[in-house]
Amino acid sequence: MSVHIEKLIRRAPGNPDRILLDQVSVDIPDGSFVALVGPSGAGKTTLLRSIAGLDPHSSGLLTIDGRDFAELTPRERNVGFVFQNYALFQHMTVAKNISFGLDVLPGRERPSKAEIDGRVKELLELIQLPNLGNAYPQRLSGGQRQRVALARALATNPKHLLLDEPFGALDPVVRRTVREWLRSLHDRLGLTTILVTHDQEEALDVADRLVVMQDGRIVQDADAGELEAHPATPFVMEFLGETLTFRGTVSGGLFLPETPHVVPFPVAIDQDGSAVALIRPHEVRLTADAGGAPVRRIGSRYGLSRLAIDLNGRIVEVLGASNEQIFPSGAKLHIDAARLFRDGALLSMKDGRHAAAA
Amino acid sequence: MAEATLSVRSRTSDPLPGFRLALFSTLLWVGLIVVLPLTALIVRPWQEGLGAMTMALHDGRMFAALRVSFFTAFIAALINVPVGLLLTWTLVRVQLPGRRIVDALIDLPFAIPTAVTGITLATLYGPQGWLGKPLAHLGISIAYSTAGIVVALMFVGLPFIVRSVEPVLRGLPPEQEEAAGLLGASSWQTVWRVVLPSLLPATVSGFGLAFARGIGEYGSVIFIAGNQPFRTEIAPLLVVVRLQEFDYAGATSIAFILLVASMLCLAGVAMLRRRVARGLITGVN
Repeated sequence: MSVHIEKLIRRAPGNPDRILLDQVSVDIPDGSFVALVGPSGAGKTTLLRSIAGLDPHSSGLLTIDGRDFAELTPRERNVGFVFQNYALFQHMTVAKNISFGLDVLPGRERPSKAEIDGRVKELLELIQLPNLGNAYPQRLSGGQRQRVALARALATNPKHLLLDEPFGALDPVVRRTVREWLRSLHDRLGLTTILVTHDQEEALDVADRLVVMQDGRIVQDADAGELEAHPATPFVMEFLGETLTFRGTVSGGLFLPETPHVVPFPVAIDQDGSAVALIRPHEVRLTADAGGAPVRRIGSRYGLSRLAIDLNGRIVEVLGASNEQIFPSGAKLHIDAARLFRDGALLSMKDGRHAAAA
Repeated sequence: MAEATLSVRSRTSDPLPGFRLALFSTLLWVGLIVVLPLTALIVRPWQEGLGAMTMALHDGRMFAALRVSFFTAFIAALINVPVGLLLTWTLVRVQLPGRRIVDALIDLPFAIPTAVTGITLATLYGPQGWLGKPLAHLGISIAYSTAGIVVALMFVGLPFIVRSVEPVLRGLPPEQEEAAGLLGASSWQTVWRVVLPSLLPATVSGFGLAFARGIGEYGSVIFIAGNQPFRTEIAPLLVVVRLQEFDYAGATSIAFILLVASMLCLAGVAMLRRRVARGLITGVN
């Protein structure tokens, strides 16, 4: 049960000049857990809704198991969808919500009442709310509603599970628990899961693969390690975490930063010219240097001290080991681990040394 | 006593400025506008002793009028439910040209003097009217019959259904319908199992309002009803008839019974609404 999308284009209804999805191609094989990530308006929800068949696409191909999507009825698509606002039926009890997909089956396909009740009970236990079958959605907390929406989507045994910002309304602790639970559910039921989120950390935590979107296009489609080592564009790097940017030039196999107190480092790039170095705060190394940039400790995170470094007026923050020496007379910055970009694209590096350092 | 003082004092911290003043003026206003006339109405029939009320309760004409009023109001409100729901659906969900004009037209029955409505309907459905004549050929007579009363009451009652349901339908998240579709429900199943139940409390409210208005409606009905005692005479008209006969006791007796019956009906509607609102409205679980 794989989903295959080729050159999908969707234009804004009523405004054909506005393109919501621009030549989107992506392959989602069986059993994978894919996260669609990107800032608001990137087109992630639009893509998810297209996959669910909720929004028609203007051109392109969308197949499930090699069958053209347009020819399939919602039931044949076999897709479970969890909406951002959960869209629970307020006038039905939790049990009725969950059994809805079974209740609406035509008579001859519909399981018996006892079978449906059994399935509901099973799902209520799966979502760890065995006693809430008779409650109305309004009485539930956000996390409970989210799980009921999930159970409702799973009742008909879909092979694909589509989730639109499913953790958006949950507090951070519940979020983490639900996220882990969802991942284990995915593995246990052998689902193919596509998740939309604007929270890159969440995506990195739970998904096998991230599809990074920007302005209706897919910028990069890779696993977390690859995204971190070889981000396709500065945007991908910046979107996935805190990033420091240093402009400079490549000349004779050396990257020469414009910023003072940043040490030039050798690069395996032939074409000389301007370039931008992007690096994570924890990848910056500091060495004590009299006359270097003043360093101030401003806090700590994950046991690492957060240091503010004054580079002639530009303050950058880096993470260093907390037991690292204080730099009373200043420090120099080593950014050998940076990824280099030119004209918005990753510069090819012959030996991949810098990628490996990530 | 201590508790009362306490609760009033605690209210002074409410964000509403001048709580006591607001409470006082609200109570005074409600008292003058609503409670005082109703009290007068409740008290008046008994002023001439039990006799007038006993007489009124033995008046077959009055019971016939009450029956006509309640029956026609009920039927008109009932017919208005599907018509009103359909109209609301079109207004909210279908991007028709001229939607705004239809939207404005719906409120017109509120604005037109009811007598004008009555005369218009009587002319339209009369034996020589645009609609009355062809209908008469088919052997259907609307004017001067119970059907005429129902038509008039449908006209005045429709906006109540539309305006009660409209905000709820507008506020219904489209995702609920999409979810139903993705779960395999057909359009009919989606409407029947998801949309209509969500609209039910508002529909019952609208029904109640239209029904109540129908019971009390006077102007638009009397021109088309024919007003034959025992057949097409409505209760509010009988009140006027009794007043013209200077039978104040009889008039207020009918009014009193009308009041009690209306209150019972509205209480019934309110109970029904609570029942169908399970899960939909906070505090009704």
